[in-house]
Amino acid sequence: MIGDKILLEARGVTVRYGKTVACDGVSLDLRAGEVLGIVGESGSGKTSLLTSLSGRLRPASGEVLFDVRGQGLADVYALSEPDRRRVRREEWGFVHQNPRDGLRLRISAGGNIVEPLLMCGERRYEPMRGTAIQWLERVELDPARIDQRPSQFSGGMQQRVQIARALAHRPRLVFMDEPTGGLDVSVQARLLDMLRGLVRELDLAVMVVTHDLAVARLLADRLMVMKNGRVVETGLTDQVLDDPQDAYTQLLVSAAM
Amino acid sequence: MTAQTATRPMLDGYNYAYLDEQTKRMIRRTMLKAIAIPGYQVPFGSREMPIPYGWGTGGMQLTASLIGDSDVFKCIDQGADDTTNAVSIRAFFAKVAGVTTTEDTEAATIIQSRHRKPEHPLREGQIMVYQVPQPDPLRRFEARETETRAMHAYSEYALPYLGLYEGYARLGRASSAAGHPVLTNERYVMTPSPIPSFDNPKLHNSPELQLFGAGREKRIYAVPPYTSVVSLHLEDKPFETQRWGAGCELCGSTDSYLDEVIIDDKGGRMFVCSDTHYCAIRRAERERAGVAPAEGQIP
Repeated sequence: MIGDKILLEARGVTVRYGKTVACDGVSLDLRAGEVLGIVGESGSGKTSLLTSLSGRLRPASGEVLFDVRGQGLADVYALSEPDRRRVRREEWGFVHQNPRDGLRLRISAGGNIVEPLLMCGERRYEPMRGTAIQWLERVELDPARIDQRPSQFSGGMQQRVQIARALAHRPRLVFMDEPTGGLDVSVQARLLDMLRGLVRELDLAVMVVTHDLAVARLLADRLMVMKNGRVVETGLTDQVLDDPQDAYTQLLVSAAM
Repeated sequence: MTAQTATRPMLDGYNYAYLDEQTKRMIRRTMLKAIAIPGYQVPFGSREMPIPYGWGTGGMQLTASLIGDSDVFKCIDQGADDTTNAVSIRAFFAKVAGVTTTEDTEAATIIQSRHRKPEHPLREGQIMVYQVPQPDPLRRFEARETETRAMHAYSEYALPYLGLYEGYARLGRASSAAGHPVLTNERYVMTPSPIPSFDNPKLHNSPELQLFGAGREKRIYAVPPYTSVVSLHLEDKPFETQRWGAGCELCGSTDSYLDEVIIDDKGGRMFVCSDTHYCAIRRAERERAGVAPAEGQIP
């Protein structure tokens, strides 16, 4: 269910690397329970935008507002560092394209899943263990493998562990960067199916960056198309994909079909 | 066991206690800061010492900066006074500082140690110097120094508990037999590395000054006298120290830390106190009291 409440709002976010402009005055809003897809080709500024929106890269100009628990809509970069870290830790989840970026490889799958719980203050072994088992089942992994390290899992399974880790502490907003990149088509399809189920079931707000229009069509309620750091088109997913208005979007859609 | 007084002057061409006075001063300032912020790792300009990293360069720099004419120096390695490293470091300070050395825990004013804290309780005025290989309890999980510093600064201490979770998940117990992380003065998580968790409780509210030096990692931290030091544990998994079935086979102690020693090539082994001085004192006492040594016991 998409709520009325705005969870995340960007106003004129510009990200620069030296003279290179990665993101040029991007504005958007995301409501509770909504899945927003950001699509565009490589180098269009999708990931820079996501990094900036998720509090990891201060924009050169513009504001990122988030509905901080107990505080209301607040500028993420105006929060004190410990507060910003707390928001990232407790209210957000991250799914990286490469599971190796999102997982601790020397820690067991179970340990990876309970870490966000520990970060939220849980200090009891048994409840954490129970939650980890539950999550392994939820992402369709064998709970008997709870104490194996990520290196003992296949790429697709590592991605499932990473998704469990990103969701275990019940965040309100999840950032995903190419969650199915680097996986083969059949694994990708099963993972997407599972992800879609979880997003609906947990009523998550998700911001998902992808260059794969199929992923966007399956997951996203709304779509934003980026090119050269600018938003060229935005609208409901089906609307954008079935009846693209912008020349670039038309090109993207026809190239994908 | 007997105190030996080395003749005072020392090596030509070397400053007293090897390090130059400015370096010792810098290290003392670092120690003062470390004492002022219990458990906080203070960076310092670690010097090259005439031994390899990992053999106690951090501890030696602390000792060199502390030591003076009136000091009595004891050095232990794995609890023992007579292992190569302990003997060498003692000889080093006898040579470069002309200091009196001892194996007697009670007689010593400075005790430098690797792996153990002596069994005999220390008293006010004594200084315990630990040689530390890895000062940061978070490093095992997080390689970035910027990130671990932020975690310490904001008391974000989930990661040591993740280590505890891993131990119980994989081994059914806390995996850190040595260097079990502690919360110092209710603020900083530090590693009492590399002492066994058996020694952790001895750090708590202890009357002597405890200093930790990591030469390679260039960090000094401290536990001032009478400071709370609590071993971390999960709420439903209380902290436990290692136990052995029987006592020391030489002195019969049931409350000291025991080493397993292989005594022949037929699988024979025995458990003896790792603290050699403590064991020797107890054996002498038993002999005086007329307790017969157990069969097969090394006299």
